[in-house]
Amino acid sequence: MKNTGTTLKIATPTEREIVMTRIFDAPRRLVFDAHTRPELIKRWLFGPDGWSMTVCEVDLRVGGTYRYVWRHTNGNEMGMGGVFREVVAPERIVATEKFDEAWYPGEAIDTTVFVEKDGKTTITLTVLYESKEARDMALASGMEQGMALGYDRLAAMLARGDS
Amino acid sequence: MKPNSYGQAAPDRLDATFAALADPTRRAILSRLASGEASVAELAKPFAMSQPAISKHLKVLERAGLISRGRDAQRRPCRLVARPLAEADGWLEGYREIWEANYRRLDALLGDLQNGGASQTGEKKRGSTQRKRR
Repeated sequence: MKNTGTTLKIATPTEREIVMTRIFDAPRRLVFDAHTRPELIKRWLFGPDGWSMTVCEVDLRVGGTYRYVWRHTNGNEMGMGGVFREVVAPERIVATEKFDEAWYPGEAIDTTVFVEKDGKTTITLTVLYESKEARDMALASGMEQGMALGYDRLAAMLARGDS
Repeated sequence: MKPNSYGQAAPDRLDATFAALADPTRRAILSRLASGEASVAELAKPFAMSQPAISKHLKVLERAGLISRGRDAQRRPCRLVARPLAEADGWLEGYREIWEANYRRLDALLGDLQNGGASQTGEKKRGSTQRKRR
């Protein structure tokens, strides 16, 4: 993996977790806001090209809910939401997450931790699933995207015969 | 895949690939085939399983496109087909690409916010939300 400082690290430290770590060149308060204020969330949290966020509602308090809906230009929609369990601005958020279409079983728990150092903010997002199967299904949800983007690399690799 | 996941197509073959890989016997068969083709009898040998039981597993693997069977009617040797495995291997890569895309936009947004919301982010979405906090 490259080590450019802004490289996204993805780890699976236990069989029910996905942990993502990323450094942002901005103070913690701003990164926290970008994760919790709907008008800011809508500007970055929508995945690959073709998707946009059509609904973004956040009631940022313990017991409060949030609701996200994305829409693809091809008409597909995807919605998810959950309940905040811990809100410690601008340090830490714990919330449940559940997608409308149950493409992985049960609910997951997202813990986002914001740590600032020398004006840069490291976020660590831990998603804890109910089972290994659910975790693996969530990881696999990006597979088609990865295939589309990585097809040339894949073709080259297979041509070399080192699959 | 799920109809509402981020992917745009719905390649059923990947579902088949993962279903096929979910079984330890089938994974063991694949690793055996990675070292060269083998007949059903040869494959059955290391497992405490009948040939019909092995044949059942081979059918699943064949449907998933993970192996091919030779034409030789007697022996019908099995061979590993590498491509679906390599595709399945890309699963984490796709997850990464999705989040990298998100976080690249977040980088731009944060830069924007620190510049008082005046600059362009190259972002196609609305520009009416560049209020600066505090």
